[in-house]
Amino acid sequence: MIRAQAAYALAGALFAAIAVASALDRSNRRRWGNAAFWGLIAVSFLAGDALGDLGNGLLVIALALIGGLGALGAGRQAAGAPASWEARASRLGGRLFLPILAVPATTLVGTLAFPGLKLAGQPLVDPKQVTVIALALGVVIALFAAMAMLRPPPTAPVQAARRLMDQVGSAAILPQLLAALGGVFALAGVGHAVGDLIGHAVPLGERWAAVAAYGLGMALFTMIMGNAFAAFPVMLAGIGAPLLVGRFGGDPAVIGSLGMLCGYCGTLMTPMAAHNIIPTALLDLPPGAVIRVQAPTAVVVLLANLLLLDALAFRH
Amino acid sequence: MMSLLGVLVVVVGLVARFNPVLVVTVGALVAGLAAGIDPIAVVRALGRGFNDARYVSVAFLVLPVIGLLERAGLQAQARAAVARLRALSVGRLLTGYLAMRQLSCALGLLSLGGQATMVRPLIAPMAEGVAESGWGPGQAARRVLIRAHAAAVDNIGAFFGEDIFVALGSVLLIQAVLARDHIAVQPLRVALWAIPTALIAFVVHAARLIWLDRVLARVGAAR
Repeated sequence: MIRAQAAYALAGALFAAIAVASALDRSNRRRWGNAAFWGLIAVSFLAGDALGDLGNGLLVIALALIGGLGALGAGRQAAGAPASWEARASRLGGRLFLPILAVPATTLVGTLAFPGLKLAGQPLVDPKQVTVIALALGVVIALFAAMAMLRPPPTAPVQAARRLMDQVGSAAILPQLLAALGGVFALAGVGHAVGDLIGHAVPLGERWAAVAAYGLGMALFTMIMGNAFAAFPVMLAGIGAPLLVGRFGGDPAVIGSLGMLCGYCGTLMTPMAAHNIIPTALLDLPPGAVIRVQAPTAVVVLLANLLLLDALAFRH
Repeated sequence: MMSLLGVLVVVVGLVARFNPVLVVTVGALVAGLAAGIDPIAVVRALGRGFNDARYVSVAFLVLPVIGLLERAGLQAQARAAVARLRALSVGRLLTGYLAMRQLSCALGLLSLGGQATMVRPLIAPMAEGVAESGWGPGQAARRVLIRAHAAAVDNIGAFFGEDIFVALGSVLLIQAVLARDHIAVQPLRVALWAIPTALIAFVVHAARLIWLDRVLARVGAAR
């Protein structure tokens, strides 16, 4: 059976190649910092399961120290006249789009087709990891297509990836790190503490107050955690289940659905969310630019959600 | 209650603009230690969480392809492709993408979009291309505004589309969490109640994109 580890091995190979390319990049004054940072990520992808929890934890701390204390730099962008393959490629016109579109196309086909594929009675692809494996396959197909079309030097894809990763910098591991933070917060009982705090701070005897505390609490706690999935169990156990469903007899399907959607409004407004961190880095935007554009929509939809909750959950 | 110190560290650290990777790691360690957990156990929990979440970073696999095609002039191609379409405006282009993203996510196809696979190579340069064909090369402020809007439609479309799909993470999580509190719900009903919000989100954001066109026209005409 093909598991997610196949995709992880591929990612590990890519980050190892980026680490080597960084070490060789004399235009970057901090090239050894970059090499160590991407190299450790390669280790995590290639050998993470063998490292054990403590080994992985120390690896995270090392990454935080390298990335957080300014040991990362960026090489100079390739300047001057374009290489001959680039001049050739500029004549390809619209065909350049084809490899890009191969990624979503393969992901789509894989997501639909993989669950049906069987080999000797066993599923060929791990049913829980279909998307990750389909994405990796799509990337491989797209890369072969692009190499065949452009005929660049063999190291060109790695150099191109290094250039982009240097631009993203240490923020590259932030989404993964925030997921780990959620796990530690859960272990430390942060959720219960926040639930208690909201329970004491808000007079929840009135239905509208409980609705507001639940919806706004979801948005706020999501902003702190960077992830609505981490906030939802806390707010449901603290207010949603005992008060909205229990005392006021609300419809749990409505309360669950709209509670999560209130959380998403919080995601749109927080610097803690991967969804806002990645585009800020990839599009070379100043901090907060994406959030500023999203916030007005998020606030209006959040208020609408509160009204919908009050109107739809208690139809009798 | 002491574990909230970890939250405080994260919030203060981010507001003070320290490096987020360092802030989050310190916040995790502080939360665990303040709650009285053994330091080694805290580091273990951090490591397990990081290792289990590797699937999040697999999306970077697409960067060699994107980077290669960008060196070959992909973004210029994306701009040129839309420059010929006279009826297109930045707002209309992004509204079209928003609708596509919401619909495809409602069908469970989250990976048809994305910041690395669609927004950076295609949507953002197309939006900039439309603006340039109307008003010539833009200043930095206009570029930032248009790119941020391109990123925003991808997020908003995904968030207010995916909850409509029954077999996707969020609906299943809602069902599982409710079940833990001994409340049974049908996933289909959870998904159904996400539709009003999806429609409202589309209308609100599409209206803002019409407004964006007006702002861009005003700025463009003033130059």
